[in-house]
Amino acid sequence: MALMKYAPQALKNLFMKPATKKYPLEKPVYPDGSRGHVTISIDECISCGMCARACPNGALKVDRNAGTWTIDRFDCIACGYCVLKCPKKCLFMEKGYQTPGPEKKEETFTKSPEVLAAEEEKRKEAARKAAEAKAAMAAKAAGESKPAEEKKD
Amino acid sequence: MGKRSVIPFGPQHPVLPEPIHIDLVVEDEKVVEAIPSIGFVHRGLESLAEKKDFNQMVYVAERTCGICSFQHGMGYCESVEHIFGVEVPRRARFLRTIWAELSRMHSHLLWLGLLADGFGYENLFYQCWRIREKILDLHELTAGGRLIFSVNKVGGVTKDIEKEKLEEILRTLDEADDELRVIRSVFFEDRTVLSRLKGVGVLSKEQINELGAVGPFARASGVRVDMRMLGYAAYNELSFIPIVSNDGDCYARCFIRMMELFQSIKLIREAIGKIPEEKEIEVPVKGNPDGEYFMRVEQPRGEAFYYVKASGKPLLDRMRIRTPTFANIPALCEMLKSSEIADVGLLVLTIDPCISCTER
Repeated sequence: MALMKYAPQALKNLFMKPATKKYPLEKPVYPDGSRGHVTISIDECISCGMCARACPNGALKVDRNAGTWTIDRFDCIACGYCVLKCPKKCLFMEKGYQTPGPEKKEETFTKSPEVLAAEEEKRKEAARKAAEAKAAMAAKAAGESKPAEEKKD
Repeated sequence: MGKRSVIPFGPQHPVLPEPIHIDLVVEDEKVVEAIPSIGFVHRGLESLAEKKDFNQMVYVAERTCGICSFQHGMGYCESVEHIFGVEVPRRARFLRTIWAELSRMHSHLLWLGLLADGFGYENLFYQCWRIREKILDLHELTAGGRLIFSVNKVGGVTKDIEKEKLEEILRTLDEADDELRVIRSVFFEDRTVLSRLKGVGVLSKEQINELGAVGPFARASGVRVDMRMLGYAAYNELSFIPIVSNDGDCYARCFIRMMELFQSIKLIREAIGKIPEEKEIEVPVKGNPDGEYFMRVEQPRGEAFYYVKASGKPLLDRMRIRTPTFANIPALCEMLKSSEIADVGLLVLTIDPCISCTER
């Protein structure tokens, strides 16, 4: 009787706790490194857009001027390719699956005002430097062409 | 001679969660002809190769199948790696082997459970899936996903399995081994199981060769065909002998898959014993692929083909996948002829059909 081979298992089952969990009350335990959902530490982000270009599903949007990083959780397939591609390593794959929702909407992360202000300052500084460099180049070019003209004379 | 009539089987059928349609021409209770048709869930994965670059295609190729996803990703990555001519680090090859065998275990346990459910033995179904759950937990522990691994990349793997996790795998396999022995004795000795499986749907070696069937389905009829003998990943360093049976009936197919479970456990133990200590698990790949390659891997369901053609651009020219179920359908229809109509559901199950893979 091959069927009787299950008798020990059946006895064990009688005195075992249920295998299922009372889900919303009891939180599920995920192992470390489980690919649940993508998160970002937005203040470290340099808005390079590598993640948005890498995403196989086109679920990410990056806006450099507004300093936002947007993810469509319903399009995200949790493959982790954006995390691999991020040059600043500010994207993370966290455990725990995303919560279900009644409507399809995007989640937007915005940089804090201080970081945005600092970036704006940097951009202005860069623009100023670029203008200065341009002016210097122009002056140099003018200076170079002058002796040439003098030579001609 | 009775009157002939046609009974449609599928695309919605309790035995199969996936859509395949077979027109059964029956005479009384005997099937005299089976005409298959597929194409209900065509997804166009191959044409995505024209829209996604070759690195993104790893994740697309992986999603061809939800059950043997790891082997799909590995097959694609190995073919692109061959075009580049890069050699994957040895540790990465061993890691790929371990994951491939774990996913084979989960797939075979799933099939054994479905088979038990197919012939009406629900208790056995739950026992199979109880063990499968442990394997799925191992997947999540090591790769981060329960079914879709996403650890392959062109040039290696993205995640390493640390020593503690390898030990955890060994511990779980020991438990699974003990529990599998109980299940094995039920599948091989129980009277009710034998009466449904023995001598049903017999295919000879000649028929299999003629119809080009692959995988455990072909091995059950005595054809020694197993792509692991080609020695991709780390199989060339492991002692691997394919399991072959000569009966060619449903029982032999069940036998092959059950014994392959034990073989997988053996292969994983061997691979963990031999895995090199080096840190390197990937090599950088620069530029775009240029050339073509044809790769064959052994999936839980049989041999899968990958054809990749590239011409120095980030987008591939062509990617072609031929999945094992597609190769097995002609043999299935041959097998259905002269079977009883009550056995049709079971016979369709024994090729381990994965229709969504077939449709790509």
